[in-house]
Amino acid sequence: MSAAKEFSAPGMAARTAAILFAFVVIFTGLLSGAYQWTKPAIEASAAEEKMKLVDEVLPRSEYDNALLQDTVTLPATLELGLSDPSTAYLARQAGAPVAAIFEAVAPDGYAGKVRLIMAIRANGQVAGVRVTQHKETPGLGDYVELKKDKNKARPWITQFNGMALTEVPDKEWKVKKDGGRLDYYAGATVTPRAVSKAVFKAAKWFEANREQLFNTPGAKP
Amino acid sequence: MISRDEFNTIAWNGVWKQNTSIGQILGLCPLLAVTTNAVNGIMLSLATILVMAIANFAVASLRNFIPHEIRIPVFILIVAALVTVVDLLFNANLHELYLVLGIFIPLIVTNCIVLARVEAFAAKNPPLQSTFDGIFMGVGMLWTLGVLGAMREFIGNGTILGGIDMVFPSLQPIQLLPESYPGFLLALLPPGAFILLGCMIAWKNWMDAKAAERARLKPPAPVATAGCH
Repeated sequence: MSAAKEFSAPGMAARTAAILFAFVVIFTGLLSGAYQWTKPAIEASAAEEKMKLVDEVLPRSEYDNALLQDTVTLPATLELGLSDPSTAYLARQAGAPVAAIFEAVAPDGYAGKVRLIMAIRANGQVAGVRVTQHKETPGLGDYVELKKDKNKARPWITQFNGMALTEVPDKEWKVKKDGGRLDYYAGATVTPRAVSKAVFKAAKWFEANREQLFNTPGAKP
Repeated sequence: MISRDEFNTIAWNGVWKQNTSIGQILGLCPLLAVTTNAVNGIMLSLATILVMAIANFAVASLRNFIPHEIRIPVFILIVAALVTVVDLLFNANLHELYLVLGIFIPLIVTNCIVLARVEAFAAKNPPLQSTFDGIFMGVGMLWTLGVLGAMREFIGNGTILGGIDMVFPSLQPIQLLPESYPGFLLALLPPGAFILLGCMIAWKNWMDAKAAERARLKPPAPVATAGCH
């Protein structure tokens, strides 16, 4: 009753708006405070996360540089399936190039894109491949992801380890069903086929761009 | 403070009577997405317990300052801000736990259970009661999602506790059915979740009907009258 008397309709609206505004200011302040306060710690653990992923594809004993700082920005590269610029990390031992670590995308997975990270040694040999993101059918096509692979002794994705264009003929970089040398599970061929094709194309791309990659100005040895 | 009766009512409401998943049937989107195994379901519920307790406490504390007309935008603001802060703090200070729970925290922002409890309970009750309500609603979700996840992975994969190695690296999932079990994909896909959830809802209704029958046969047992929201 008293509230209705004290405030006219516009006054009521202004008061409500002021209260809403106050809440917005308070909680935005809370958010930005929390963001600023946690930023350094989050950045540190993000770098650690990246290194963990790098460790999966390239053992730390093979290089001695600060790999996360030794980067090249790749433009959108069709051969790698990348429609946006991405970052390649360069591993060096005593200044000499050891390997490049970069992302690639297999655009033709069963359910969209399969994102990969891979390391290719300076001599063109694949050091390791991992699937970082995919939407393949759970329990069927998702064995390309190391964690989901039921074959723990020899996971599917590790088949690429050590493969090199100089040793493996082009037509063998395919699943066995297509005449290649790579295993697959019956009933789920599309996913491994897509990943194999992406790895092959990436190896080809690396072969063609090796010099440029390691000698890009801005990449400091 | 809080009386024993009040506490019991809140706990019973959360865990069984108004159980979020099989009583109120809320928050089905994250439910379908994460209950492909028990561990994921439990982890999502743990994150939800935390967020609901904090959100309910905050809203209950501020409830006298929030005009009725704009309560919904203010609630959404509070819940979204708190979830983001929890997300950031987890990421910065409890990184190991964040790696396990982290992906679930953003899912909670979209979870209507949080908003529903804030609106239905915390906006009308004191902070302590509201905090308990948040916790017990989460506990109800915890066991439901745990059971649903366990059924789905058992039928789908023949395993139990799949994904436990993400939480405790030393533990391995238990293979209950023989290795040769071909799997039953339907259970792992969203329709399987709907079917099994339907079974659980039917089971709850059956239990409630039985309890009501018993109460009817027994002379004047006081029947709880709290309505469903």
